[in-house]
Amino acid sequence: MPVSRRGATAVRALALAAMAVELVLAVGAWIYYGRLGAVGAPGAWLVELNWPWIAPLGIRLHLAMDGLSLLMVLLTAFLGLSSVVVSWREITQRVGHFHLHLMLVLAGVVGVFLAVDLFAFYFFWELMLIPMYFLIDLWGHEDRHRAAVKFFLFTQFGGLAMLLGILALYFAHASQTGQYSFDLADLARTNLAPAAAMLMMLGFFLGFAVKLPAFGLHPWLPAAHTQAPTAGSVILAGLLLKTGAYGLLRFAVPLFPEAARQFAPVAMALGVAGILYGAVLAFAQSDLKRLVAYTSISHLGFVLLGVYSFNVLALQGAVMQMLCHGLSTGALFIIAGLLQDRLGTREMGRMGGLWAVAPKMGAAAMVFAMASLGLPGLGNFIGEFLVLLGAFKVNVALTAVATAGLVAATIYSLWLIQRVFFGPSAEPPAMEDLRPHESLVLLAMVAVLLWLGLFPQAVLETSRAAMEYVAGTQVTATAEIPQLSTPGARIKGATPKFMEWTPTLSESTGEILQLRMLGVRIEGATPKFMESIPTKSESTGEILQLGVPRARIEGATPKFMESTPTKSESTEEIPQLSALKAGIEGAPRESRELTPRSEEGSRFRLQLTSGTRLMSFDGCLPVPLSAPWRGRFDHVSRPEFPDVPVARTAGVRPVCGLARPEFPDVPVVCELARPEFPDVMALAVPKGGRR
Amino acid sequence: MAGFVALVAGRALSKRLVAWIGVGSVAASMVVTLLVAAGYFAHRPPNGVYSQTLWTWIRIGDFAPVIGLHLDALSLVMIVVVTVVAFLIHLFSSTHMENEEGYGRFFAYMNLFVSSMLILVLADNLLLLYLGWEGVGLCSYLLIGFWYRIPANGHAAMKAFIITRVGDAAMAVGLFLIFWSLGTLDISQISQRAPQQWPAGCGLAVAAAALLLGGAVGKSAQLPLQTWLPDAMAGPSPVSALIHAATMVTAGVYLIARMNALFALAPVVQGVIVVIGAATMLLAAFSALAQHDIKRVLAYSTISQIGYMFMALGIGAWGAAILHFASHAFFKALLFLAAGVVIQRLGDEHDMFRMGGLRKQLPLVFWTFLAGALSLSAALPILTAGSYSKDTILTLLHAVPGGKTALAAGLLGVIVTSIYTFRMVFLTFFGPAKMQAERTNRLPESIPLVLLALVAAFGGVAGLAGQNANWPGLVQFVQGGSSVAPAAGEAAISHVALGAIAASWLGLAIAAALYLRRRPAPAGETESALHRLLAAGWGFDALYDRLFVRPWLWIARVNRSDIVDSFYEAIGQATVALHGMMSGSQTGRTRQYATGVALGTILFIALMVLLRFWHS
Repeated sequence: MPVSRRGATAVRALALAAMAVELVLAVGAWIYYGRLGAVGAPGAWLVELNWPWIAPLGIRLHLAMDGLSLLMVLLTAFLGLSSVVVSWREITQRVGHFHLHLMLVLAGVVGVFLAVDLFAFYFFWELMLIPMYFLIDLWGHEDRHRAAVKFFLFTQFGGLAMLLGILALYFAHASQTGQYSFDLADLARTNLAPAAAMLMMLGFFLGFAVKLPAFGLHPWLPAAHTQAPTAGSVILAGLLLKTGAYGLLRFAVPLFPEAARQFAPVAMALGVAGILYGAVLAFAQSDLKRLVAYTSISHLGFVLLGVYSFNVLALQGAVMQMLCHGLSTGALFIIAGLLQDRLGTREMGRMGGLWAVAPKMGAAAMVFAMASLGLPGLGNFIGEFLVLLGAFKVNVALTAVATAGLVAATIYSLWLIQRVFFGPSAEPPAMEDLRPHESLVLLAMVAVLLWLGLFPQAVLETSRAAMEYVAGTQVTATAEIPQLSTPGARIKGATPKFMEWTPTLSESTGEILQLRMLGVRIEGATPKFMESIPTKSESTGEILQLGVPRARIEGATPKFMESTPTKSESTEEIPQLSALKAGIEGAPRESRELTPRSEEGSRFRLQLTSGTRLMSFDGCLPVPLSAPWRGRFDHVSRPEFPDVPVARTAGVRPVCGLARPEFPDVPVVCELARPEFPDVMALAVPKGGRR
Repeated sequence: MAGFVALVAGRALSKRLVAWIGVGSVAASMVVTLLVAAGYFAHRPPNGVYSQTLWTWIRIGDFAPVIGLHLDALSLVMIVVVTVVAFLIHLFSSTHMENEEGYGRFFAYMNLFVSSMLILVLADNLLLLYLGWEGVGLCSYLLIGFWYRIPANGHAAMKAFIITRVGDAAMAVGLFLIFWSLGTLDISQISQRAPQQWPAGCGLAVAAAALLLGGAVGKSAQLPLQTWLPDAMAGPSPVSALIHAATMVTAGVYLIARMNALFALAPVVQGVIVVIGAATMLLAAFSALAQHDIKRVLAYSTISQIGYMFMALGIGAWGAAILHFASHAFFKALLFLAAGVVIQRLGDEHDMFRMGGLRKQLPLVFWTFLAGALSLSAALPILTAGSYSKDTILTLLHAVPGGKTALAAGLLGVIVTSIYTFRMVFLTFFGPAKMQAERTNRLPESIPLVLLALVAAFGGVAGLAGQNANWPGLVQFVQGGSSVAPAAGEAAISHVALGAIAASWLGLAIAAALYLRRRPAPAGETESALHRLLAAGWGFDALYDRLFVRPWLWIARVNRSDIVDSFYEAIGQATVALHGMMSGSQTGRTRQYATGVALGTILFIALMVLLRFWHS
């Protein structure tokens, strides 16, 4: 449908206005909710909309926003606006049609970022796909059909895997509760056998990993990015890839926390592989857009690494990286598009020396190249640094390799600048520098990147609650433990487990409070095992009552839970053991408190639970020796039970690492040598008897 | 207070008045710095530290680095030297770079550099230090590649950035390790906690120190990451003077000095630092002997002199290292600026063998260069800044147990330093004139030369004369009353210093014998294999080319079309082929279809029969 010149301008203006309104609304929401303080409690929504849609199947149009969604919607509005602006001159054919598709994709993206009903989510997910296909296929470059088909097939394949996962979960939930629902909150409560959870998780993961794209599932990306029109590339790189990361954060991890944690090493390895592979491939390209496309694979590798590190630092870094990658890569695509528009080529071999004719563009490109190599002061650095910092705690080796990606990023970024803007210009091409509206867009992006680099806290605050939720997804289930002081306390909800009691130190007196041991029973599925540690009150020297050292609860799969009794400051006694912290096997432990036994500084108790490994560097204590003994004890991963790795601590007898033969996968509490409490030692029976 | 320094210097350019703004901002930051220094002495804080937190950068749980500045004796010395030298070099550049395209760009980068350097020095936590660290790296890259049209410059710039980034990556891992072990990146907290938590020589301390050393080695162009610095001479001379001699390349020295509490816990790493320092010092000094390009001589000389600083750091005498940094900043900046004038007046001639006799043509340059050369070679006892600081280091090496070998290396280094220094002087300024130099004197160029020459020539004696009860000397000021920092006065007159002076004169004599009268053939002739090896910096470039560059390029070339993609393409092609086979069978001929049905039936029946037999 041909549109007159005036009509075309009207269409562009309309799209521009729509995006501007969306941006204003998103910024307004940000300011409004930001003013309310920390954005959202963990797992709670800032605002939600819940309409019935297809009632018999339990399908609802349930949209909800938390800090993460808000940031993603902001990014969408910003990049949407930018892509309308950069298409102003580039798109001259079927202008109305083009903008229709553009707006449809953006609508789908916003929907994906907001939907918390899995059916609605899938609906929006597919809504993104088809108009994007047309954008590439109709307004793309020379090899557009092939690229569009490739894009479509890959994403469709991933979407199919995800759909299977959604349906399996839906029916599993329905068969357990008799209630049909696609709602995220309902489905998250489904009890799943580990194998089933793993399969479903893989379905979701495939869908998101294709979009991300993770290493091995990426080939659609260079083709699609290269062939798409500029706006298409910006949307693809800036937003569509983010939907994959967002899906992991919103669905794949919280729905299947245990499976996700088991899968984490694989996902992290994929992330690292993507970082390096993308970087090497980026360097190898001679097509400017293809180069930038491969850098996306490298940068999204950081996101994958961060998401599966399961600690707040890395998750926050991943969010930061998502935002900044959207801006910096989007900007590089805009520059590539402008160059193609002016020079008629994307081949870097035919460029060179362009700084002389287009210094403004060169300076802009320099900033974005620096952003993509992770220069401190720009937002990308914050993202990458936080991801690596968080991941280091989980896996030192992988992180060290990923850090080498920073060097590789330097190589390809500088190589890009060198080939395009530096060097001799073969013939001075009469190329126009940035036009005002182009400068405006790029300047805005530079400003935002700088702001994110120097004042990232505003963004980090916004996403903090959501990321804490993701990091501690499993913990929330047990936050509902009513009180543990009576035998037979019940835990409502999902998946928990074994418990153990950690005595805490009374701040005022320094003495260890008494601990009461109870037979806790857990309602619902998977039960359990329980053990208790007798402690001694320092003042009396006697061992307090010991509950059931080896309670055994009918059923299978022993798990683990820990809770810290608190002390009421006024009465000096523990009123009740309301669960402050319930840690569940495999849950991320930001840190553990070590409980001191005496002030001598040489003895302390370490609790080695499943999922815990002490880092041992010859002679280095993992905790500070000095008072006040609230050392942190890091690095958690899952050891094999028969021989829990052990810290060799200076001046202290080695901690035993052991498992009980009768409960092979039950964690064990180890006690440093305390000759005065033989009973205590008895709890920690090494395999094959006493030490 | 000190925050102004960074902010003022960070302001950049407008198109006109670039020189005024560019030089003026640095001048202003110098003035502020000097005022700050005066204030520091007037009201010395009880613990020797002023600090100011500007804002919290990131806060996620316990990870809460701030944007905060930290001024103590060490950073005070650093910022005074940095801003004074930077101001003189900016002043020099205002006319030296006059006719260059991109004048404004030049000053913008230079100002950005100064502000990054100040951030690096004043940062109170390692993450902010890392920001400044990468910032100076960026400016170094931009300024090496300043003349961007020449591909070689661009490649030199990339090389500099990439190689230092290798070190930076190690340093980043070091930061992760420190954060997760000590729970902080704040420098003073690290210095406090590390000794409490880590016994000396324990694995974590060694690992952390070694990783930080990686960063320092990259930035300061020490073995094995030294290869970028000679190529970095592609940048304009003021850049070489400021970044690649006086300030940025010594950032590694500063880092180790700043983290001295950590390094003290890792004696193994300290030993490695001494070895790296000594080896780099000697290798670079010998390489300097074989260069033709006057700036490359100075570049190798810089690497070599930083080697001395590393030797001092390795024995824990970081005060002495900072002293040598300060004197080196002045005399090496002077040498580079003077060399820059020579090169420019001769119409961009770098080859010393084509120079000669410039003593008469450029007298001012000659005398100032000579002052720098005397300082570098440490030939005059006590008087020059270079001999004062270098003799301090050598005396300290003598004082530590087991330092004899290092001392011997240091003395050998003095001989070689002296030889290449005076080789440079004789070739450039003595003998018959071979080229006609443009004889112009511009005041903004002359003033910095003269001032720097005064400091270089009389810095040592000034340092000694200034010592009294209140001011025990720079080493003590920076390091405090540490056992490895004997009074510098003793150092300068010790027998070790006498040995150093003798070594220096020996080198001078050798240089005179070789180059003063006889004029060896210019470049390209009569080069022995040894000479080629030295000229190429011991072949590290070739080695790294084989080890890293070529495999990288090979992988990139082989896998350009993405093997993963090929896999999926193959699936696609297989599908298409299968489709072709299937559709090929759709011939529309009834006879063929009937055959197919018949064959299928027979096959099926046969299968049934066979299965029946199988089971029975």
